[in-house]
Amino acid sequence: METQTKTKTQAKKVKPTAVRISGAEAVIKCLLEEEINLIYGYPGGAIMPIYDELYKYQDQLNHVLTRHEQGATHAAQGFARVTGKTGVVFATSGPGATNLVTGIADAQIDSTPMVCITGQVSSHLLGTDAFQETDIVSISTPVTKWNYQVTKASEIPEVLAKAFYIANSGRPGPVLIDITKDAQFGEIDFHYKKCKNIRSYFPVPKVDLEQVKDAAELINSAKKPFIIMGQGVILGNAENELKDLISKTGIPTASTALGLSGLETNHPLFVGMVGMHGHYAPNLKTNECDVLIAIGMRFDDRVTGDLNRYAKQAKVIHFEIDPAEIDKNVKTNVAVLGDVKETLKAIIPLIKKASHKKWHQEFKDLYDIEFMEVIKDQLNPKKEGLTMGEVLEGINKETNGEAVIVSDVGQHQMFACRYAKFNTTRSKITSGGLGTMGFALPAAIGAKMGAPQREVIAIIGDGGYQMTIQELGTIFQTKVPVKIVVLNNSFLGMVRQWQELFFDKRYASTEMVNPNFVKIAEGYDIEAQRVDKREDLQAAIQKMIACKESYFLEVIIEKEGNIFPMIPTGASVSEVRLK
Amino acid sequence: MEKQLITVCIYTENFVGLLNRVTTIFTKRHVNIESITASKSEIENVHRYTIVVKESPSLIEKIVRQIEKQIDVIGAFYHLEDQTVFQEIALYKMDIENVYEAKFKEIISSHHARIVEIEKNFVVVEKTGTKADTDALYNELKPFGLMQFVRSGRVAITKQRMNISEILLNNRK
Repeated sequence: METQTKTKTQAKKVKPTAVRISGAEAVIKCLLEEEINLIYGYPGGAIMPIYDELYKYQDQLNHVLTRHEQGATHAAQGFARVTGKTGVVFATSGPGATNLVTGIADAQIDSTPMVCITGQVSSHLLGTDAFQETDIVSISTPVTKWNYQVTKASEIPEVLAKAFYIANSGRPGPVLIDITKDAQFGEIDFHYKKCKNIRSYFPVPKVDLEQVKDAAELINSAKKPFIIMGQGVILGNAENELKDLISKTGIPTASTALGLSGLETNHPLFVGMVGMHGHYAPNLKTNECDVLIAIGMRFDDRVTGDLNRYAKQAKVIHFEIDPAEIDKNVKTNVAVLGDVKETLKAIIPLIKKASHKKWHQEFKDLYDIEFMEVIKDQLNPKKEGLTMGEVLEGINKETNGEAVIVSDVGQHQMFACRYAKFNTTRSKITSGGLGTMGFALPAAIGAKMGAPQREVIAIIGDGGYQMTIQELGTIFQTKVPVKIVVLNNSFLGMVRQWQELFFDKRYASTEMVNPNFVKIAEGYDIEAQRVDKREDLQAAIQKMIACKESYFLEVIIEKEGNIFPMIPTGASVSEVRLK
Repeated sequence: MEKQLITVCIYTENFVGLLNRVTTIFTKRHVNIESITASKSEIENVHRYTIVVKESPSLIEKIVRQIEKQIDVIGAFYHLEDQTVFQEIALYKMDIENVYEAKFKEIISSHHARIVEIEKNFVVVEKTGTKADTDALYNELKPFGLMQFVRSGRVAITKQRMNISEILLNNRK
């Protein structure tokens, strides 16, 4: 026995054998330690040592070469949004790095976990305006959760461990790590320790039971409670807790654009989307409820309209992980800080069983009005031109709400939010906060790679499609079976709608003369079809869904269709217009 | 709420670029920074920024929360004028010609200023105090041939107890 004990003690004392490797190889090893197996990126001079190492690790790490660095960021976002895992991006210095900025800003405002690794010129050249030198750390500072420039190989393991911890803890966000070329070439003794704590960083506030009690009291005494859920519910994996809460209380629940699919569309208490092009009932009822319960949402201006006339009659409860969001836009009566899964779990036992049938019926009555005035004509149009609503409905029929819908930005995005049906969470991916045209095509690539067993359909306008159309090349090369639907109205539709309504129809630079999209898709060996007649639509969608490979479907939409309801800028949610 | 002078105290890690990250949060809200100083603090390896702005407390409260949210910021606070003890230092470079006048000596002593350097052509006067104090001396010295004037940003000590050590300790658990 004695000998055995001795051996054990000895084993403990042995230091983990450090391997001497280059900084570049250390980067790859860090990714493997973080269980990353997919990277989106684009090589270039300053990141070549890392790509050279990547070559050696091809069997463990899949690198997807996008056709533009922006595409890499959106693909990583799409991947992160369907999986909850951190998306990883590689780019070189200078233009490679600056091309990431839009995607990083998008990930920041939509709280998407992403780690971008950029190459940088050698440290002795920093600040000399060297070839392909940009100060990407300064440029990306306002749009990253954290960023850092590595100038020594020895810093790499610790900094990357921090990067992955920060990106996907608390409220997720993008992190950029800039690594000078000499740091990539430098040698280190590699050992990796995952980061679990940073002394200055408090990712998840501790649940305060007093706050929970106060919130429960308000909810229990409410006559007309109303829940608005946001993406926080999805990011916090709190979909079931939310369902438990609303089933127990019978509270009508609406979603923000980013919260969609966190609660299934056909849930009896789901009352639609709030905001500028949201549903009639939840917008109107925001200004009639007595307790407004915001869960994992941030009162974006597109949700609230005029803040001075937003829910002034209501007591506001805000479930939130980020203390900086409390009272930022809407003054709350009770803030419940913490991980939303924990706070909802804590509050449910304190909530009395209730039903708000009469109050819920008021939502349904308003839905009927909206159906007659808006929805009916979208789904069964009397006019000749095809509507975006009927295309989405056609997709619903073929997918039964099981698809991941990735939408771009503009009218079609709002149609996708309003008309697509979802049965499972993480099924609606769109650029919400930043409104980045060109998001959908690369994001759909990432989404399909993150959820290969699911149908992934990109819904894109003819404008946004041409902003990142080069990513068809990525689809061609990787054979990722993404379905692409372009809703083509030959206009930048949303801007045109505003020009029609608020600028006396002066259509300044919104009309688009488009190329033959079918031929372009075919050039990339993607099966393609164009539909301009109602009678051909459903068969075309069927064919697309049946196709096992990537597929391109262009639908010619009425030229000057509008998206309604609408809350004009500066108006109150009560002033939501049906036409 | 009316705009007033507010002192923002920020305890941070000492990393390259962090000051930029903090100032962009003011820039984003179109808030001008009146003065800024960075130094070490009472805690080893913790730095402290003192930023003075003229703004409404309600806006600064939101800005301070955004600052506190930054990963390498340990704690951020804001204080109104009566909640801190603060000083600024000013240096005045004076032409040697006039410094032997009796009036000059009188001004220096009545303002509790001191001469920190005497060279062949000039002397350097130093005065520590509030902005009003250093301005008052400025006005009096001007006729005597003020060659250069410079004033530091505010440094401030809060009357309220700061719990930075506790924050650091609690987060380590």
